[in-house]
Amino acid sequence: MSARRDDQADCDLAILGAGPAGAAAAVEATALGLRTVVVDEAAAAGGQVHAIAPGVTPLPRDVDRAGDAMRAALARSGADCRTGRRVWHLERHGDIWRVHALAEPSEPGKGGVAETVTARALLIATGAVERHLPFPGWARPGVIGLAAATRLLKAQRLLPGREVLVAGAGPLLFLVAKTIVEAGGRVVAVIDARRRRDWFAALPAMATRPDLVARGLNWRRELLACRVPILHGHRLAAVAGDAPALHAEVVAIDRDGAAPSGGASVAFRCDAVCVGYGLLPATDATRLAGATHRFDESCGAWRVDVDDDQRTDRPRLYAAGDGAGIAGAAAAPWAGRVAACAAARDLGALDARAHGLRAAGAKRSRDRAARFGAAMARLANVGDGAHAGIAATTLVCQCERIDRAAIDAAVDAGCTTLNELRSATRCGMGPCGGRLCEDAIARLAALRTGRTQAGVGQPTGRPPLRPVDLDALAGEFDYASLPIGTPAPL
Amino acid sequence: MSAGDLRIGGDAGRGARVRLTVDGHRFHAYAGESLSTALWAAGVRELAGGIDGPPSRPVFCAMGICQQCAVWIDGRRVEACRTQVYDGLVATSVPPEP
Repeated sequence: MSARRDDQADCDLAILGAGPAGAAAAVEATALGLRTVVVDEAAAAGGQVHAIAPGVTPLPRDVDRAGDAMRAALARSGADCRTGRRVWHLERHGDIWRVHALAEPSEPGKGGVAETVTARALLIATGAVERHLPFPGWARPGVIGLAAATRLLKAQRLLPGREVLVAGAGPLLFLVAKTIVEAGGRVVAVIDARRRRDWFAALPAMATRPDLVARGLNWRRELLACRVPILHGHRLAAVAGDAPALHAEVVAIDRDGAAPSGGASVAFRCDAVCVGYGLLPATDATRLAGATHRFDESCGAWRVDVDDDQRTDRPRLYAAGDGAGIAGAAAAPWAGRVAACAAARDLGALDARAHGLRAAGAKRSRDRAARFGAAMARLANVGDGAHAGIAATTLVCQCERIDRAAIDAAVDAGCTTLNELRSATRCGMGPCGGRLCEDAIARLAALRTGRTQAGVGQPTGRPPLRPVDLDALAGEFDYASLPIGTPAPL
Repeated sequence: MSAGDLRIGGDAGRGARVRLTVDGHRFHAYAGESLSTALWAAGVRELAGGIDGPPSRPVFCAMGICQQCAVWIDGRRVEACRTQVYDGLVATSVPPEP
């Protein structure tokens, strides 16, 4: 493959992800004269926070004005917005970033279409994934993620159940619970791993966004008015039974997430369980692109290392939004703008002075909003005590059906890093690529090796970023077109 | 309580009623919904697949990450949560015979 020259790229800036960060970056970049392509796997821009199902009209009370405004601004911007594209690989050839994607099939039953975007600069704004804490029964039908519940409720207008247990940590707990109640479902209880005093301790950092604090308090008040029990300092210990007749066992935990032995447990009957422990930066794309990552102790998560201008340590590679450290949907658009300014500066579309002036305000707004988001991320980071208490027979990697005992045994046999654990056990190598269990495996490995979570490292980023149809990638290419050399004479 | 009750606001603002078949069972849904939504609303919490691999459930992450809702439609593996239903859709949760 011949290396393309700098001026032969399809565009100046390719943006992965049309969520709050990516969309705002696209608007800013086009305003600064950059030819911009935005790629997103969803059918419509918005990211997880503003997700919509194009075929399901929201009820009047649920119309997402901010999301609609974001989509309208993106459509007006002149950026080439390619939704329905699943990016599976990123490469750098010479001075060009190549983004390999698979477009949705043109009609049902058809294969996707392979597509490559080449760009002089690349911004990764792929957001977050949910953190899960393995427990007996988390692979049971009727148990879903908290983030999944928000998608069902908001985009699909679907209740997860009639009698739902909402458990985990972080602000999504209360959003999901109040949305279920509003929609006519019953929340049997909200189980919050954080104690009330942990929430109070977070208040100073949350004070930067009194509006969001007030909104959260309102959700809580609505739940209490509907007599929904809210158990702080508790954790979902197990789910048994067959949906829709599920039995959930809930235990009290200490500050570190550990359930004291002999502590009391509370049982709930429900037909669905929504559980999640906050958000983790999605680092698969930035790892694949070769950027350096850093472990953030307070949030208990890896994130790509970016400078004040959202630049990574790879040439013309930027990251913004929750992928660059959980800062929340309010900070993301500002981070996206900062990244767009940096790309414009690096590509010569802005001089140093103009760049400084333009980026300064966005940086201030970003940093202010990020304090609230980071406080939420810290709050959702349940201590390792919860992981220490995972039973030997509890599934940790659902895809490969690997329990804690297998992970501990591999560590005892000499594994010291996540990569080694992958090789030894295949944990995190199933269809989800470790996106569900990587955090739990890393914490268990850290506990068993006595190293820090930073010490056990991250798995190497590898393509494909998402499962893709090889047939579709091959496209028109068929077996007969394989070049076959003349056999050597015998 | 019927499973259909789970649709907030009923069929208002949803597309035309469509028919689909998953693992040989027939369901009704509304155009524009995801296949995950259609199955969940019909009371399906577990799919036939997933004997050796990951659990096979119509919903876990609902955003194309966990792969537990993977089904085969017309010989192609797709995620139910990222597939919009259409009339006559036929899916299986186990791979088709090669």
